[in-house]
Amino acid sequence: MTRPTVALFVTCLVDAMRPSIGFASLSVLEDAGYDVVVPPGQTCCGQPAFNSGDRAGAEAIAKATIACLEPYDAIVVPSGSCGGTIKVHYPEMFEHDAAWLARAQAVADKTHEILSFLHAAGWTPDGVTLPATVAYHDSCSGLRELGIKRQPRAMLGAVAGLEQVPLAGAETCCGFGGTFCVKYPAISNAVVEEKAKAIEDSGADLLLSGDLGCLMNMAGKLHRRGARTRVFHTVEVLAGMADGPAIGEDA
Amino acid sequence: MSFGQRVDLALADPILKIAVERTAGTAEAKRKIAVDAFPAFEDARTRAAAIKDHVIANLGHYLEIFETNAVAAGAKVHWARTAQEASTIVIDLCRAAGAKSVARSKSMLGEEIGLPHALAEAGITRVETDLAEHIIQLADERPSHIVWPAMHKTREQVSALFKAKHRDPHVEETITAMAESARRHLRTEMLSADVGISGANFLIADSGSICTVTNEGNAELSVVPPRVHIVTAGIEKLVPSMPHAIHLLRLLARSATGAALTQYTSFYTGPKRADDRDGPEEMHIVLIDNGRSAMAADAALKEMLRCIRCGACMNHCVVFRQVGGHAYGGTYPGPMGAVLTPALDGLSANRDLAHACTMNGRCQEVCPVNIPLPTLLRGWRERSWREGLEPQTMRQGLGLWRRLVLRPWAYRIASANAVRAMRVLARGGWIKRMPLAGAWTDHRDMPAPTGGTFMAQYAKGRRR
Repeated sequence: MTRPTVALFVTCLVDAMRPSIGFASLSVLEDAGYDVVVPPGQTCCGQPAFNSGDRAGAEAIAKATIACLEPYDAIVVPSGSCGGTIKVHYPEMFEHDAAWLARAQAVADKTHEILSFLHAAGWTPDGVTLPATVAYHDSCSGLRELGIKRQPRAMLGAVAGLEQVPLAGAETCCGFGGTFCVKYPAISNAVVEEKAKAIEDSGADLLLSGDLGCLMNMAGKLHRRGARTRVFHTVEVLAGMADGPAIGEDA
Repeated sequence: MSFGQRVDLALADPILKIAVERTAGTAEAKRKIAVDAFPAFEDARTRAAAIKDHVIANLGHYLEIFETNAVAAGAKVHWARTAQEASTIVIDLCRAAGAKSVARSKSMLGEEIGLPHALAEAGITRVETDLAEHIIQLADERPSHIVWPAMHKTREQVSALFKAKHRDPHVEETITAMAESARRHLRTEMLSADVGISGANFLIADSGSICTVTNEGNAELSVVPPRVHIVTAGIEKLVPSMPHAIHLLRLLARSATGAALTQYTSFYTGPKRADDRDGPEEMHIVLIDNGRSAMAADAALKEMLRCIRCGACMNHCVVFRQVGGHAYGGTYPGPMGAVLTPALDGLSANRDLAHACTMNGRCQEVCPVNIPLPTLLRGWRERSWREGLEPQTMRQGLGLWRRLVLRPWAYRIASANAVRAMRVLARGGWIKRMPLAGAWTDHRDMPAPTGGTFMAQYAKGRRR
């Protein structure tokens, strides 16, 4: 019997900053019964252009990404933010262009954020052990654009030894906001400072979320503050890779 | 002062943070309880949005019906295209009434049309009757929130202000004693005003009524005793009928304060009738456009006219919670202000507002009329880009990046080089200082890239 194939859209941030999230994605998707391909022409979904107001640039990048992804039956993205751009914003971008709207919608319909995809497929981690307390931050785009909330928590519930602890303001933005964090560094800093304090107050050993941008922001602040919290992408934990280096730890 | 300077000022003020957090934090908690207890809140806000959209799509129709019915009830209706026209109409009405003093019930539209300033210019004494507006008037400041204009002040600061400015200030440091102090100071002036000026939370087309909501009863005390009642209202405040107003009222108070209803919800239909025991002899309703019909015709802005001014978007905004309302620099702060201010005061001086947003979507999530605030803010960013208002460095940087993104082979080389360069700067997995990225590393460490891009490693056969 042939296994269904999914395409992995790695995202530009994972590609450059933390490839292990991509490899963790390959691992869990294969464990869930999929053959995974990595479309070779992929780069970035174009969200930085879209959110900067460069609509023409965003549309050009969206067209290239749509062309790159449309041959596949399903596309999986280890990010709620990039996933939201493809699923929610690509169709918005082409409201004025029926031909591209149809193509954008088709790609949007078969694109899935990885945690919600795995959960919907009924997958749970099998034989993964991690004796640690975990605080979960709901990254905004995943939460509000794609409805990702209970899925990662449910799957983490199957990790032996892992205890989820409450995080005050788990649904409050961490202050990353893509280019926002470097355009308005003082505001971003004030926001992430509060977030870091809440994470420290949770007493959790680990901070998890589903978006590398938010994770880098929070990890960077926690480290600057001297906190001991270790930070991982959820999919790394689900793949049993949390015995490796956390974000910012040397291999 | 630039946006950046206002932000720096706000962030440097530890008292401001405490004040904003007290009020917005309480509002957030109470709203959640109220909304969780509300049956089918999501359906209710879908219907609320539909009511407003219907009116916005048929503004002319409902304005005519409103005017006909308001006039039939004995009110006079005035039309103002601009803020300037509106305040001139109000000042002329005050002069015609021979007004030496006016009692004003808090209205953000009054701020929008510059009424406090216009009254001062005309030499007319202005008595602000809303407690928070009274505080603002005593302190000679501007409102920092659309529901709680004095949100930026702590009660400790207000106590000191009252002691300095009230004729017979409180002694005991309690909220009750402070409220009594304000009441002693205001009551006589309020009741002796020649004209009462209010805004309107709703204009009800099929009866020609206006509706005000307050928690202090000050609107009623402001507009019923004086001989003349002047209403200033934006044309988007229209609803077809009373049931529509009631539907929106159920969402308004819950979204603003978490209460089911405000303490006072009053409907005014025309001036005093022959057999009424009290009420003003004249009622004037000034219907103000000030850019609203242009917004209604603009696909990138029309949904903003749904706004019922509850303030939930700002109470739940991470940026507002850090910088407060004054940093926004316009009449309206927070996410809704960031959409409205460029429309009212021009984009070029206010281009920062749409950018100073993380696009986290919380504002839309809590909006009782489901305004797509992030989308509207992105619309301003696009307009700013099209009009060449974005900084050249930003345009060039993004342009270069776009050229790479569209050429995967070049992108692979560039990203591999960037990863290598960043790793040179790293010590123990972290980058403490990074050229061109000071905005990041001034405040937090940068986790170094772990080495080799995913695409390069995958191409070499790595699979786990």
